Amino acid sequence: MKNIWSFFMGTLLLVSKGSKAYYIWVGTLLTIAAFGIMGYIYQLDQGLVVTAMKDQVSWGFYISNFTFLVGVAAAAVLLIIPAYVYHWKPIKEIAVLGELLAISAICMCLMFVTADLGRPERFWHLIPKVGLLNFPQSLLSWDVVVLNIYLFLNLTIAGYILYETYYKRTPNKNFLTPLLLLSIPAAISIHTVTAFLYNGLGARPFWNASILAPRFLASAFCSGPAFMILIFLLIRNYTKFKIKDEAIHKIAELIAYAMFVNLLLFGAEVFKEYYTDSVHLAPLKYLLQGLHGHSALVPWIWTALIFNVTAFFIFLIPESRKNPLTLVLGCIMIFAGVYIEKGMGLVIPGFIPDVLHEIYEYTPTGIEIIISMGIWSLGLLIFTMLLRVGIPILNGDFHVADDGVGSHIGDQLFLVGRQVKDVEDDEKLE
Amino acid sequence: MADHKECKHSPVEITRRQALQGLVAGLGVLALPASDASASVWEAFFQKHFRELSKEELAKTLARMGSEYSDEFGKEITVKATPAIEGVRYGYGLDLSRCVGCRRCVYACVEENNQSHDPQIHWIRVVQLDKEKGTALEYAEHYYNPELVPEKGHFYMPIQCQQCDNPPCTKVCPVQATWPEKDGIVVVDYNWCIGCRYCMAACPYGARHFNWAKGKLPAENMNTDTHYLGNRPRPKGVVEKCTFCIQRTREQPGRYPACEEICPVGARKFGNLLDPDGEMRYLIENKRVFILKEELNTQPKFYYFYAT
Repeated sequence: MKNIWSFFMGTLLLVSKGSKAYYIWVGTLLTIAAFGIMGYIYQLDQGLVVTAMKDQVSWGFYISNFTFLVGVAAAAVLLIIPAYVYHWKPIKEIAVLGELLAISAICMCLMFVTADLGRPERFWHLIPKVGLLNFPQSLLSWDVVVLNIYLFLNLTIAGYILYETYYKRTPNKNFLTPLLLLSIPAAISIHTVTAFLYNGLGARPFWNASILAPRFLASAFCSGPAFMILIFLLIRNYTKFKIKDEAIHKIAELIAYAMFVNLLLFGAEVFKEYYTDSVHLAPLKYLLQGLHGHSALVPWIWTALIFNVTAFFIFLIPESRKNPLTLVLGCIMIFAGVYIEKGMGLVIPGFIPDVLHEIYEYTPTGIEIIISMGIWSLGLLIFTMLLRVGIPILNGDFHVADDGVGSHIGDQLFLVGRQVKDVEDDEKLE
Repeated sequence: MADHKECKHSPVEITRRQALQGLVAGLGVLALPASDASASVWEAFFQKHFRELSKEELAKTLARMGSEYSDEFGKEITVKATPAIEGVRYGYGLDLSRCVGCRRCVYACVEENNQSHDPQIHWIRVVQLDKEKGTALEYAEHYYNPELVPEKGHFYMPIQCQQCDNPPCTKVCPVQATWPEKDGIVVVDYNWCIGCRYCMAACPYGARHFNWAKGKLPAENMNTDTHYLGNRPRPKGVVEKCTFCIQRTREQPGRYPACEEICPVGARKFGNLLDPDGEMRYLIENKRVFILKEELNTQPKFYYFYAT
């Protein structure tokens, strides 16, 4: 207990230290978060009328972001499988970072759902025994359960590894391995359950397609890893942490396969609806072509499709996925592409046309965007803090001091100038 | 062991709830001035689910709400919780050959059920359909607004909660804040709903409406005879819907729903489906009846028919 306390105090001291760049970054995130919180207070006071949502389109930007971020969280598993099932060393070294990303993404998911609630103060109605969780009937209650289990698992795994490393001990495999193996089905389940949440509604033909859950998983295995590659590149360029090229290239290769499946499933869906040409075509038509002159999503979805297809080829061809420039370009395209496709592109057409075939076009209001940016900032802040602690520990720059009580902080700066040279040197050595 | 089992249930729950109460009340002291109003706010906050309230708790809750609403609207408002009548399942009939699309039902409903005037909430949506195209909703006109109805070549279809026997909306609610009652009416506990709007995504009839803001209702329009599960004033951030005028139809002697009563052409029918000699059974057995979106197996108790 005493150890945990001094570890905790040590981390507090650690996150308060950093270079100028670190302070600027954290300060920026805090500023945006402050605007987000102010926006949220305004929304709490006025009600959700400050959003562009209406009875016709009753979920919007918040739930779109939530859906996308569940995918990002689930993607950590793409690192865990090669690292811990196949014991592939280059990825094993960075798997903890994937778990830290999962923790941050789940926190953002929970914040986005809370922002969407009409009565957030009644969240306790969801707690089993205290409130009345409608389990197992409601898929939303399943989502509450699996998201929290997944959050708990990742907190435990990453926390345990970092804690043991801090005290210069080797993590106990008998404790860790079962949890790691459990986190694989847990990651798949959070995305499957989130897909089922939409999938099970007969009222909404756009979602009521059995291909939805596989599509969710495929796109999650694109967006999450793409985001991680970007983070890895930043980390190895601007911190002392080293990440091997082969790890990044392997992840990029996996993204190519996932994107192929994603595009295939989307194509299957498009074929089925267009060839059948039933009433159920309307939402897809709204998305891809526009319906009765309403076409707000059309330019977005085509951008997403072009991004996804281009990125697929970038990651498919070994030369371009190994080229640093096209690699970054591909990651950004996938991140943006899936953000559109799995966010607004999935949620909004479920409501357009609505169940009585009325069309209300939804575009998020400024408040919705400010609150969402605030949540993203808070999420990135959580991620930054976790990395601020995790990376020095993994580097051996943050560990218990020789007296066994205090902590040794070897990395005072965290974010430093470009470290590219080091990495290139390493490559030459190999 | 037996002793342990007996006392296991309630004490644990009470302590948890009390712990939570203590925590939030502690925070509340910091946030809110201590006054009678805030005491009532906390009572509402910790209120149990409607179906978990004991008789005494229910009576206390109804009294608290009554006095709150009376203060708010400056006139005596009663809140009741009349239970379902044994041996009754309500059904609704709508004669499409008679409906002229005047929307009197829409506004009678607002008047009776205390819907917000701003933002405007309507529990009934009347759509104008093309006689050539039939009941296909893709061709529905929602905001028709001519000088005179009915318009040539058109017919009209009012749509409201279909009070399904297999309701997709109640199934998805994560906190059991909405459920079908014994008499078949699907209700919402406005004090338990967390406002996630999953039910609105699940409803195939657009029957559920959200309080996007605190509803505005002029005091003179406030119907003072209210039911906990029906037309009492709704807080912001919760879902509401048609309850077949639960505050009228559950009384003995009962009254017809406001929409049925106002209809100038007699297009609307209402009654007990379990009564073999009732009007509902007669029209189901003798008229050409259909239900909306039958393929979804929601099993509505709202029957559209053509009498002529």
